[in-house]
Amino acid sequence: MTAPLDRDEVRTLARLARISVADDELGPIADDLGRVLELVESMRSADTAGVEPMAHPVATELRLRKDEVTAGDEREALQAPAPEVHEGYYLVPRVVE
Amino acid sequence: MSDAAPLHARGVAALGRALESGECSALELAEAYLARIDAHGEALNAFVAVDPDGARAAARASDARRAAGHARGPLDGVPLAHKDIFCTASLPTTCGSRMLEGYVSPFDATVVERLAAAGAVTLGKANMDEFAMGSSNENSVHGPVANPWDTDRVPGGSSGGSAALVAARLAPAATGTDTGGSIRQPAAFCGLTGIKPTYGRVSRWGMVAFASSLDQAGPLAATAEDCALLLAAMAGHDPRDATSSELPVPDYARALDTDVAGLRVGVPEELFADGLDAGVEACVREALAELERAGATLVPVSLPNQRHGIPAYYVVAPAEASSNLSRFDGVRFGHRAERPADLRDLYERSRAEGFGPEVRRRILIGAYVLSAGYYDAFYRQAQQVRQLIANDFARAFESVDVIAGPTTPDVAFARGAKSEDPVAMYLNDLYTVTASLAGLPSMSVPCGFSDSMPVGLQLTGRAFDEGRLLSLAHRYQGRTDHHARLPEAFR
Repeated sequence: MTAPLDRDEVRTLARLARISVADDELGPIADDLGRVLELVESMRSADTAGVEPMAHPVATELRLRKDEVTAGDEREALQAPAPEVHEGYYLVPRVVE
Repeated sequence: MSDAAPLHARGVAALGRALESGECSALELAEAYLARIDAHGEALNAFVAVDPDGARAAARASDARRAAGHARGPLDGVPLAHKDIFCTASLPTTCGSRMLEGYVSPFDATVVERLAAAGAVTLGKANMDEFAMGSSNENSVHGPVANPWDTDRVPGGSSGGSAALVAARLAPAATGTDTGGSIRQPAAFCGLTGIKPTYGRVSRWGMVAFASSLDQAGPLAATAEDCALLLAAMAGHDPRDATSSELPVPDYARALDTDVAGLRVGVPEELFADGLDAGVEACVREALAELERAGATLVPVSLPNQRHGIPAYYVVAPAEASSNLSRFDGVRFGHRAERPADLRDLYERSRAEGFGPEVRRRILIGAYVLSAGYYDAFYRQAQQVRQLIANDFARAFESVDVIAGPTTPDVAFARGAKSEDPVAMYLNDLYTVTASLAGLPSMSVPCGFSDSMPVGLQLTGRAFDEGRLLSLAHRYQGRTDHHARLPEAFR
């Protein structure tokens, strides 16, 4: 058995996943995640010695396509759904002072 | 479905024949379904967007093509709905999430494009669990969807809106997506035929990604014949999706009448173990007996790693989701928090505000199983178990052509019954996740009723053997009428 999650671990995961979590949510989330981890824990009894991990159902090699331009300049259309753009740039809060 | 039934009670194939014979026009058909959506849409909450103007314009264009002798085939003029996970340039694509409220894609998904090119008329977009994460359609920013067979029960998920609107015949068909059962389970819960194709059969381009090694698009409709027509239009290689297969798409409709005699149908004992509802089991056993009477041979097979399916799936899918959903950062599209203090605050609050609890839960689980120290114990082990599950299927398919069993352990449950317990909800996918992990085609076919609710028979095949599944289901539907029944309030 893995030890159940504590609040600090949830805080770390939330930071890794870039999702803010309020302090009063940490406990309930830890409980929920703990239950899910308990569920997935059972597969550890499967004997997987020497089994190659399967990352993908299709075992084909990646295809190469011709090095040709297939799409034109669609910047305006692609940026139309963005919350904030200016002269073709996505705007974010200042990162460098 | 009988060609004498009222228009709305017919399936895709029968409506194609009605259009072909001139019994009705595409515009009349679109109007008939728009009127049904007006009358019943609100009670079910199955549509998140309806496009009367677009539907009428597409229907008129279809009628004009037909009048000029250029009808495009069996789907020309047939109305349908798209799950709100498929990008559409003319309607918003919300994926059931606050994150994408109001989002309008600059392009159409390949599936949308192909069905439109076949002449299908889009009525609107279907409700769904947020980012396709859920088994009950209770995780949607647009609210829960009701099951037309009993409006206090869930329609299943994540393609719950698609299933509910077809079951109530607010459209004769809808598209769905299936990552761990999201076409098959709602099809079973709502008395429909639905197929998840082989991984790579249908392009994923323009389909909002949940778990990229599992996601596949497919149709939900009344019959296997309907699914054959829809899948033929949806499938095929797409240079924009590197994982889409270059194998030619067979003529599924022509293969429907293939004889069942001598077909070997594998029955895995593991699918009839503890936890299977007795009423569901009785329907599925009777369906197997019917297949036998039709000439198929039932063969006992074993899928020894069946019980590891749910654990492996709930590691692999969240891991891929946590990576895929990192694109929602409040910068390029989607929800953005107001007055961010800095870039990290922008990311963290945009995502906290935009994602619902189940999506957040799966992202955190994904982050956990991928993190240093847990990677080998969880993620690597799950991928190895995934290989064992694929090996089980490969071994079984050495002696059988199709594997049959229940789609779900029980019929549709009451709304609210499992929404507080993620694990109870996940266990609903017990029988569907294994074909997803192995990338195999798998479908659900109506096979009776238990507790007055529909029951689904699941048929799983070898990779790219959709034609055989569809023809077996078609034969079965020629001998039974479970698929032809409509919920009383929506006849």
